[in-house]
Amino acid sequence: MAYSEKVIDHYNEPRNVGSLDKSDMNVGTGLVGAPECGDVMKLQIQVDPLTKEIVDAKFKTFGCGSAIASSSLATEWVKGKSIDEAMTIQNVEIVEELSLPPVKIHCSVLAEDAIKAAISDYKSRNKD
Amino acid sequence: MKLPIYLDYNATTPVDPKVLEAMMPFFTESFGNAASRNHSFGWQVEQVVEDARESIGNAIGAGGKEIVFTSGATESDNLAILGVAEFYQNKGKHIITSPIEHKAVIDPCHALEQRGYEITFLNLDENGCIELKQLEDSIRDDTILVSLMAGNNEIGTLNPLKEIGEITRAKGVLFHTDATQGVGKIPIDVEEMNIDLLSMSAHKIYGPKGMGALYVRRKKPRVRLSPIMFGGGHERGMRSGTLNVTGIVGFAKALELSMEEMASEAERLTGLRQRLYDRLTSELDYIFLNGHPTERLPNNLNLSFGYVEGESLMMGVSDLAVSSGSACTSASLEPSYVLRALGVGDDLAHSSIRFGMGRFTTVEEVDYAAEKMIVAVKRLREMSPLYEMVQEGIDLSTVQWSSH
Ligand SMILES: Cc1ncc(COP(=O)(O)O)c(C=O)c1O
Repeated sequence: MAYSEKVIDHYNEPRNVGSLDKSDMNVGTGLVGAPECGDVMKLQIQVDPLTKEIVDAKFKTFGCGSAIASSSLATEWVKGKSIDEAMTIQNVEIVEELSLPPVKIHCSVLAEDAIKAAISDYKSRNKD
Repeated sequence: MKLPIYLDYNATTPVDPKVLEAMMPFFTESFGNAASRNHSFGWQVEQVVEDARESIGNAIGAGGKEIVFTSGATESDNLAILGVAEFYQNKGKHIITSPIEHKAVIDPCHALEQRGYEITFLNLDENGCIELKQLEDSIRDDTILVSLMAGNNEIGTLNPLKEIGEITRAKGVLFHTDATQGVGKIPIDVEEMNIDLLSMSAHKIYGPKGMGALYVRRKKPRVRLSPIMFGGGHERGMRSGTLNVTGIVGFAKALELSMEEMASEAERLTGLRQRLYDRLTSELDYIFLNGHPTERLPNNLNLSFGYVEGESLMMGVSDLAVSSGSACTSASLEPSYVLRALGVGDDLAHSSIRFGMGRFTTVEEVDYAAEKMIVAVKRLREMSPLYEMVQEGIDLSTVQWSSH
């Protein structure tokens, strides 16, 4: 399979690989996918409690090159956005940006799910 | 050292220059049709074909008259299974095989199921080995064929052909083996092993693609087959079609070369395989060997690198040509059916890499491959949420995964 240049770029130099302290109240963690399906993404966001802006994001992904690229891109995109704005990120935007072929669309769906899961984790831990 | 490094010799092999040289005159000068009985163009190549037949037969302990030329092992497997099933249908409609056979065996068996035949797929242990007792117990009065491969193309596990042949012969059932990965690499003798039908392919042994043969036993017992291709009645009616003379010459030459160096090559490749395994396991944890540790093809190493997905791993070693059982590398989106049948979890199936070594593989290449693999696995594990969880002491089987 031939990969798009952007997928290769994210694969070779993934942005924001790592972990945030998941016990921190300002951190939201999303863990989506399953090992049996061949991809698992962990995406974490750090939120400014006052502005509700996402000030940092990290990911770790078990999956193919497109899955790694999708989650790497997702962390880039959520940074600097408010959590409400980040909720609106759609998988099709990831597909377009990375030129993912049809068989890899599920990678972008998973990345969208990971963003939503991280935000909902953050919200559930910060119910006022 | 030339890059990329080819480590997929179980998929196919390059044509050996000596093989190509032997083939060349038969494209242009000696181009006759071996079936042309009335002029010298025909006679000349007919003799060449008969010599090749004899030489290929002798390599497996058979006679030349027992060799039917085909377009490859896929056709040989189809001819053996469909041909026996059709011819012996009045004796019975039961066939025994294994779930890790090549698709060229499994799919004709499934096609026969649709036509009212019954197929028994034997159980396997975690190394991909059958149990002889179960084989023996599965043979019934209406069993017409047992089809079990010599060596598995994915995981390398060898079947005990001699022991299988003893059972099938004692029970009076035909024994077919897909020896595509075995011929020219491990000793095979159809007499000693009581093999009745045997499939082979030239392109796995440095011969041309699209060329294969089926050995069909002529006596004790005489095996009969219904053809699956009809036409001019070539190959004693078992396989019509003008003979692929260049392919046949190349096949014979390729097999001759492989037989000459079989023992020394097996030893050399086993050494390289061990070297690769030792190097990888000395630097990396959570490596799982797929297939039998010792009873395996000398040139095959199949490993699962835990917590790293196979396709991403192949991307990280882009100057190595290897293959993976990961779903992401196949059109089906299913991980390898072979690894599944062994009870390898889907997670580890997605993490598998097959290394196939061969005639032109050097120590230097193996060492380079090992270093590249080590770097890539370490890098991807830094990125792997699963590896991180395992390091934290989390048992992944207790995690509630979201399916998708
Ligand atoms: C065990 C086995 N059987 C059958 C085949 C099919 O052989 P061919 O490519 O000659 O049709 C292969 C190779 O892919 C094989 O490894």
